[in-house]
Amino acid sequence: MRRRAKLQTVVNLLAPFLGLILVLVLFSSMPDVQSRFLRVANLKSVATQSVIVALGALGMTLVIIGGGIDLSAASNIALSSVITAYGINAGLPPLLAVLLGILTGGVVGFVNGALITRLRLVPFIITMGMMGIARGVAKWIANNQKIDAPLTWVNELMAKSPHPPWLILAPGVWLMIVLAAATAVLLRYTVFGRHVFAIGSNEAAARLCGVRTNRAKIIFYTLAGLFCGLSGVMEFSRLTVGDPTVAVGLELDIIAAVVIGGGSLSGGEGSILGSMIGVFIMAFLRNGCTMMGWPNYIQEIIIGVIIVAAVSLDQVRHRRPT
Amino acid sequence: MTSAPAAVPALEMRGVTKHFGATVALEAVDFILRPGDVHALLGENGAGKSTLVKILSGALRADRGEMRLDGRPYHPADPLHGRRSGVSMIYQELNLAPHLTVEENVVLGTEVHAGGFLKRQDVRKRIKDTLDFLHHPEIALDSPVRRLSVGARQIVEICRAIMDKARILVMDEPTSSLTREDTERLFEVIGKLKTEGVSIIYISHFLEEVREVADAYTVLRDGRNVGSGRMAGTTLDEIIQLMVGRTIADLFPRLEHKRGKVALSLNSLKGRRMAGPVDFELHRGEIFGLAGLIGSGRTETLRTIFGLDAREDGLVEIEGIKALKVKPWHMISLGAGLLSEDRQGEGLALSRSLTDNITLSRLRPYRKFGFLSLRKRSQAARQWMGELKIKAQGSGQAVANLSGGNQQKAALARLLHQDADVLLLDEPTRGIDVLSKAQIYEWMSRLAGRGKGILFVSSYFPELLGVCDRIAVFFRGQVVDVRPAAAWSDESMMAAATTGRA
Repeated sequence: MRRRAKLQTVVNLLAPFLGLILVLVLFSSMPDVQSRFLRVANLKSVATQSVIVALGALGMTLVIIGGGIDLSAASNIALSSVITAYGINAGLPPLLAVLLGILTGGVVGFVNGALITRLRLVPFIITMGMMGIARGVAKWIANNQKIDAPLTWVNELMAKSPHPPWLILAPGVWLMIVLAAATAVLLRYTVFGRHVFAIGSNEAAARLCGVRTNRAKIIFYTLAGLFCGLSGVMEFSRLTVGDPTVAVGLELDIIAAVVIGGGSLSGGEGSILGSMIGVFIMAFLRNGCTMMGWPNYIQEIIIGVIIVAAVSLDQVRHRRPT
Repeated sequence: MTSAPAAVPALEMRGVTKHFGATVALEAVDFILRPGDVHALLGENGAGKSTLVKILSGALRADRGEMRLDGRPYHPADPLHGRRSGVSMIYQELNLAPHLTVEENVVLGTEVHAGGFLKRQDVRKRIKDTLDFLHHPEIALDSPVRRLSVGARQIVEICRAIMDKARILVMDEPTSSLTREDTERLFEVIGKLKTEGVSIIYISHFLEEVREVADAYTVLRDGRNVGSGRMAGTTLDEIIQLMVGRTIADLFPRLEHKRGKVALSLNSLKGRRMAGPVDFELHRGEIFGLAGLIGSGRTETLRTIFGLDAREDGLVEIEGIKALKVKPWHMISLGAGLLSEDRQGEGLALSRSLTDNITLSRLRPYRKFGFLSLRKRSQAARQWMGELKIKAQGSGQAVANLSGGNQQKAALARLLHQDADVLLLDEPTRGIDVLSKAQIYEWMSRLAGRGKGILFVSSYFPELLGVCDRIAVFFRGQVVDVRPAAAWSDESMMAAATTGRA
């Protein structure tokens, strides 16, 4: 019994990595791409491409563990990127513009959380509404165009060859790694993190035990918004313009990453490590498919299959002990 | 804790009144709980028991009346306040987060921390000690609660209450999903708590158990306290009379029924989740009881018969016709009907109307060119509601808003409407009030009189003995023995169910 429990833990720990390893092995064994796929330059580029989805996934992991969902994530990223561009374009110091962009994301998240807890409506509906609202506001502010902004240090954040070369990876990638670690610690070692799990697992029980569920929800939706804000800044940094039509449908990629990483849409389950692996599984798949010269639709089909396969494997894993 | 003079009650509720709109939930209820007492709170569903304990816990606020804890005024603002004041609830639906571990659940809401970061060492020691005190050292702190048995989960809740320094513990139907063995262990725990001076309010529909565990009782009817007293010197009949407001002439009404030809026969039936092959025959006009502990394979047998679980081996025949497909729709077409033990989870579509629920398994009569005649359908539903005395505002009312007893009657009405010849009833009286129980027993008897065959799974032996013609006792997935009900007793059934020897 004990040994089985231990084996179970090992399997649970390894399972998410297996998918990633599988994808890596698959592409590095393809004769056409094996020479290029695992090259440092390619790895760096995959890491940089992952930053935007990864930052969104950090917040989404909190929300999904807490039993919610945030469909407004991608619109929020677009809005934040537009705000950042607008700020820089208007002559604000870049740092202030960046903070403004992040804050915008936080405000959107806060409004999500406040509406969900005050109106007592399901998060799906509220954030679906917010998806439209944030996207609309972004287009409005940008006057339905791209906002050009002068190049500043902000655009270095996502540079594939970072300015001081000893950084090796783009500053945005480092930021992603540090924030992922911090969020993992937040979830595992703090009272707040445990309350997020409790709310997602059984909200009524959590409330009865004195957990301030509404406050916790507003906090994690706001955190998710702040992560989207930062992700929007990275989007701006990459594009060098504020584009209100960017990242359409990206919320589904973000949710998919969390779900592939073991997050349960009914709440109570998920991990930062898992979600990050989910992000990289999808990033390497995209990258590998592109190298193979496979058309876009093949990627879409493969990723669709991966989502279904990952979640059904997860089900099997959970069902076994009972 | 024993130093408090006996005159000061642990809890004193005076003139507690609560109205919901025009509905009177509680009217000037007095309730006195002595320290260290187990006080049974009895009454039919809807009598006001849960309203009373919700007011006590702080989940609801009384319109009028006052409460005192150990003589001091007590006005809880919310459940957390109640909990901090020493009033803990152990609910029927367990209040645990299934994904969290035992430790995480016990400390939920009261985590010890430094600057938001958790500090776990001391707490773990204290939880371990408390579980030892409760004689359940086998419960592992790091095990997710969803992996635990129902009995163990309850112990986790009690552990949480004790660590909260609860003075008053409210247990709402604590044994309704426990095995007999777990129930005994729970009673031991209750005994230990009493020695610590903890007072317990014990809500249960199992009156025999109440007599075993309670020191005092209070009966509510229609929101009023209709009688309180010491358990010693009171008979169950007196209590039942208080509960229903009149004597139930016979809790187990028996209408004449005669055993006919074989309705259902199992030949070495073995299902995916069944431990062993099972053989028996059910006749028309017969009520056949399946007794045993929870997990002894009775539910699995019913589910395999009905095609809900995969069949691995063996044969099911209804009226001599072999069931070829292991699918519920096929079994229904052969004349079988199942009433699930999980009324809310799978027995009923809670958000749908009574009409929808009652007619779902047989919509054919209302079909014309592929369209449903809604009028005829609700007429039929109303007819069955009348027959079964289902109390509701109308056939369009959502089942979720009905009391447990009425929900169960709606589930039974579906089988009647379906006109099933073989009724598979899994715990049909669990968690419902005495009057509804008596009505369901009467219907079972009436159906047998109409030539239906009834398989009746129950963990409550007295009702099996009172209602059944024959009873099979299960032990670890196997039938130990089949005898006429008159040849069984409470003791012999318990012996067979716990030892596997007849």
